[in-house]
Amino acid sequence: MPPDVVVVDYGMGNVASVLRAVAACGAKPALSGDRQSVATASRLILPGVGAFRDGMDELRRRGLIEPIHAFVGTRRPFLGICLGMQMMLSVSEEFGPVPGLGLIGGNVVAIPDRGRDGQPHKVPHVGWNRIIPRNGCAGALLEGLGPDASAYFVHSYAAAPDSPGSIVADCDYDGCRIPAVIRSGALHGCQFHPEKSGPTGLRILHNFLAFS
Amino acid sequence: MPNIRLIARLDVKGPNLIKGIHLEGVRVVGDPGEFARDYYEQGIDELIYADAVASLYQRQNLVEMVRRASEAVFVPMTVAGGIRCVADVEELLRAGADKVAINTAAARRPALIAEIARRFGAQCMVLSIEAKQVAPGRWEAHTDGGREPTGFEVLEWARRAIDLGAGEILLTSVDREGTRAGFDCELVRRVATAVPVPVIASGGMGSLEHLREVIEHGRADAVAFADVLHYRRLSLAGIRSFALEAGYCVRRHAA
Repeated sequence: MPPDVVVVDYGMGNVASVLRAVAACGAKPALSGDRQSVATASRLILPGVGAFRDGMDELRRRGLIEPIHAFVGTRRPFLGICLGMQMMLSVSEEFGPVPGLGLIGGNVVAIPDRGRDGQPHKVPHVGWNRIIPRNGCAGALLEGLGPDASAYFVHSYAAAPDSPGSIVADCDYDGCRIPAVIRSGALHGCQFHPEKSGPTGLRILHNFLAFS
Repeated sequence: MPNIRLIARLDVKGPNLIKGIHLEGVRVVGDPGEFARDYYEQGIDELIYADAVASLYQRQNLVEMVRRASEAVFVPMTVAGGIRCVADVEELLRAGADKVAINTAAARRPALIAEIARRFGAQCMVLSIEAKQVAPGRWEAHTDGGREPTGFEVLEWARRAIDLGAGEILLTSVDREGTRAGFDCELVRRVATAVPVPVIASGGMGSLEHLREVIEHGRADAVAFADVLHYRRLSLAGIRSFALEAGYCVRRHAA
């Protein structure tokens, strides 16, 4: 039987945790860096931990950029996690500019280095933060989440999509509004780590696995 | 105020969860896997696995322990103890760890910090400092469960490690560890207010008042505790609701 979801193996990120969380949702994941498997997957997860340039370099070195575009062309469900979400955008300013996959128009920019009180605050943004859905964005990945649903973030850069309509939910880091979930059609991204966000994260993964 | 993380620290020796005083004089508490799952279900924000002995054999045991835990625990896990090289880190991350905390090997060869941060990102490289007060307003970093002095002043060492790529500091007060006498808030404040990365305060939690002190006075970004949870002196739900009532930004656990 083919896997329910292919998790892209490109040498970056905590793939073991992503696989175990998908399995805990009752789905059958496969870890693969094979071009054909990526292009023809029924669902695709692009995980990621680390720097943007390293991530794009690894995808390119393994010849995975074109298969990811081919997959996206099928309009099947795609989920980018953390760096995987950031790589969905056009370009990142992290040690850059560095071009991304360009699946969603926009940039990846540094988290502002000052907080609500105008004083310097700590970056990276590390820890649990509440997911704040934008108006009319309750469904899809966020289906069934309560008002206090929180997820685990660890990042120094944030997505800034060209179209505000592609931001489904934000979080508030010390006065800085940071996109937490983005979406364009079947393409989803979350800045936090659903595989490390307890029952809330598992619910979000479950919603992605049920998305059609 | 940043988001405060509530972290359970699991000190392990062989197959057992242990608890000591001043990182020594250990007692067996139980099965670390059971405690990890229980804390996850109660809504812990993160777990730290710390192996004080950490010989080569012990580390294999730790890898297996992390692998089993990661099948049922979906919050970040940091592993400390006996990590000597990039390959050790890779093995632990593959097993399901998210971060490693390094003390002895970093003190012996600080370049290891840069190697790990370059390979896995700064967010993965936690500098573990075992601090002992040596004079008023002065703390020295130690290794080997607080037994061996490094000669490094704690804040200078933290700053140097951050320059090399450490993304977080696990700051354990050897003087307070296991005493339930409260955190060394002067120590925590000295480091947490002077560095640009998160500081986890560890060692000394005995009451909710201690939590208030280390957040308000110590300015900790995260708080680790062991004894109060292991022996059920305080409940995680009680700690969390105290923090919420005090107005701290902590996760509202939604099961």
